[in-house]
Amino acid sequence: MTEMTEITSAVRTAETVAARLNRRYAAERRFRLLGLASIVLSAGFLVLLLGTVIAKGWTGFLQTQIAVEVAFDPQVIDPDGNRAPEVLDTADYPALVRNALAARLAPDADRGTRRDLSAMVSTMGAEQMRRMVAANPSVIGGRATLWLPASDKLDMVYKGQAPREVGADGNALSDRQLGWLAELEKTGQIRKAFNVQFFTGGDSRAPEQAGIWGAVVGSFFSLAVTLLISFPLGVATAVYLEEFAPKNRWTDLIEVNINNLAAVPSVVFGLLGLAVFLNVFHLPRSSPVAGGLVLALICLPTIIIAGRAALKAVPPSIRQAAAGLGASPLQIVAHHVLPLAMPGMLTGTILGMARALGETAPLLMIGMVAFIVDIPKSPLDPSAVLPVQIYLWAGSSERAFVEKTSAAIMVLLLFLVAMNMAAIMLRKKFERRW
Amino acid sequence: MNQFIPRGTSKISARGLNVHYGDKQALHDIDLDIPAGEVTALIGPSGCGKSTFLRCINRMNDMVDGAKVTGSLTLDGSDVYDRQLDVVQLRARVGMVFQKPNPFPKSIYDNVAYGPRIHGLARDQAELDEIVMNSLEKAGLLAEVESRLSESGTSLSGGQQQRLCIARAIAVAPEVILMDEPCSALDPIATAKVEELIDELRDNYTIVIVTHSMQQAARVSQRTAFFHLGKLIEVGGTEEIFTNPREPLTQGYITGRFG
Ligand SMILES: Nc1ncnc2c1ncn2[C@@H]1O[C@H](COP(=O)(O)OP(=O)(O)O)[C@@H](O)[C@H]1O
Ligand SMILES: [Mg+2]
Repeated sequence: MTEMTEITSAVRTAETVAARLNRRYAAERRFRLLGLASIVLSAGFLVLLLGTVIAKGWTGFLQTQIAVEVAFDPQVIDPDGNRAPEVLDTADYPALVRNALAARLAPDADRGTRRDLSAMVSTMGAEQMRRMVAANPSVIGGRATLWLPASDKLDMVYKGQAPREVGADGNALSDRQLGWLAELEKTGQIRKAFNVQFFTGGDSRAPEQAGIWGAVVGSFFSLAVTLLISFPLGVATAVYLEEFAPKNRWTDLIEVNINNLAAVPSVVFGLLGLAVFLNVFHLPRSSPVAGGLVLALICLPTIIIAGRAALKAVPPSIRQAAAGLGASPLQIVAHHVLPLAMPGMLTGTILGMARALGETAPLLMIGMVAFIVDIPKSPLDPSAVLPVQIYLWAGSSERAFVEKTSAAIMVLLLFLVAMNMAAIMLRKKFERRW
Repeated sequence: MNQFIPRGTSKISARGLNVHYGDKQALHDIDLDIPAGEVTALIGPSGCGKSTFLRCINRMNDMVDGAKVTGSLTLDGSDVYDRQLDVVQLRARVGMVFQKPNPFPKSIYDNVAYGPRIHGLARDQAELDEIVMNSLEKAGLLAEVESRLSESGTSLSGGQQQRLCIARAIAVAPEVILMDEPCSALDPIATAKVEELIDELRDNYTIVIVTHSMQQAARVSQRTAFFHLGKLIEVGGTEEIFTNPREPLTQGYITGRFG
């Protein structure tokens, strides 16, 4: 009898477990699907974001150019014939470009026609001629076929980003200009080439002349200042708090405050920078020094927290081993703990720098939104930085700035990805070895 | 430094030694003499304060937050807890080997050379080489690692790592070596090697070893001290303690009735 009940109860247990098993499997399946769905969703958004940016921006890396046979007319460039540099420098090169275009497209053009003609090319064309003459005055009197950059309007139409039908409303180009474009195309005198200007130029009101180099250099200077300030300060703070400071109410308070600072919105740091660095210390407005200092404040908490985590991760057994041999506290830190924590600290620093590279709001607060054409030569020169440049272009009305904005975003993302990769590689390379 | 150690004189002596961790008292009124040139084993159930006592001798308790030591502890007659005494100097005289082998993540050579370097014990590279080789030799490790001195210390096996740690301690030429359960992380073969090594080192160093293995205490030590709940219950010649203990608590522990 007892044997029977035992057997039946064993069977019952097996059945109950089996019934629950199916429910458990179902729950696991649901959970897996949920996870998969959220991954697909976020990946989708990422693809969408990158897709739009790339689709809108890749043409920004191309420049439309027109082949024009120009004459370096001595009558226009140097009527006196004595090759005085000031004369060569200030000669009416735009007229030469205009003449060359007229000769090719509309031999007996009136004033209005000629104005339309010169609106086809960028003023960079005349500049290109001026530079050729300055470099080698012997070109005067000769002729040359040059690929001159098109104006932004022609550029937009040729790239298909502005309507091209003759007679359409809101056309960027007049019907006559559209006709010239067709003619240039027929003879192969128009092309799209790699946009060197975009990577070497500073900002400009003329979209076809605007480049990111000024902003890249500005960002570089800013980050250099940030790194120089925040890395030594952050490491020293982390080491002191983690290894030397007594544990009492004061150090607890400091720790809480550092953690809070890491969560403070960056605009607030911008206001602080405005009040302290500009109004009290009178650092040059819109300069990488001021920007870098503000970014250093933003990075500091991150670097300190990452640094302390890296120091904490060094096993106490290493400290004990060194102490047992008679190493002083400073020697323990300098010889053993810090070298072992350094990769973690560097990783934290790179991630902090990457964040600083993308910061915009605090820099707007300290006036880094000025329109600056020149490439900065030192951290004291006024300059833009990449994210602010993007912000400025995104707010510009010209259609041609749309692709520039997206192209600049791509460059910024590329830098960010490179920095994050460096951080990951560093972490991989120095994976814990104890 | 270690030319001649008169047997039997007391190298370390504790009188009325108390240790508190915060409010908790870990050692009560310990009176214990540790003779020079012998191996003294500290035994007792886990948590009874053996490691705490050991850490008093080289003041490693200084690194523990909230640890407070009162009473007197002398090394060669001078107070270890004297304010004038420099901890760095003390630890150069009293080396330590830990429970878990903890070589630095540096080369084998640098592991051994670290102590002599920070204390300036070698005048030139040749002398440093000699110290390193000697220490490895004494730790019985030289033959195994001679051809790979530049490899990381952490690439050795557990037993080799522990002998490397012993070599590292020896390299500073200490007078006393403290060992806190040096074999508890090792396999029997590695344990046998380390025990053999301890026996050889006895001629030149005063050794204090904490062990949870009674067999080990019996094999390597000449004197044994039995701790229980923070108190020193009994101390005497190892043979005597194991064959004819005076205290019933000791008897109970060594016969395995608790532990
Ligand atoms: N760092 C510490 N902080 C607080 N209490 C400790 C600390 N180290 C040891 N203790 C306590 O002191 C007592 C003795 O510990 P320990 O000396 O490590 O014992 P044993 O080595 O004999 O196992 C134990 O009760 C332990 O909980
Ligand atoms: Mg212990």
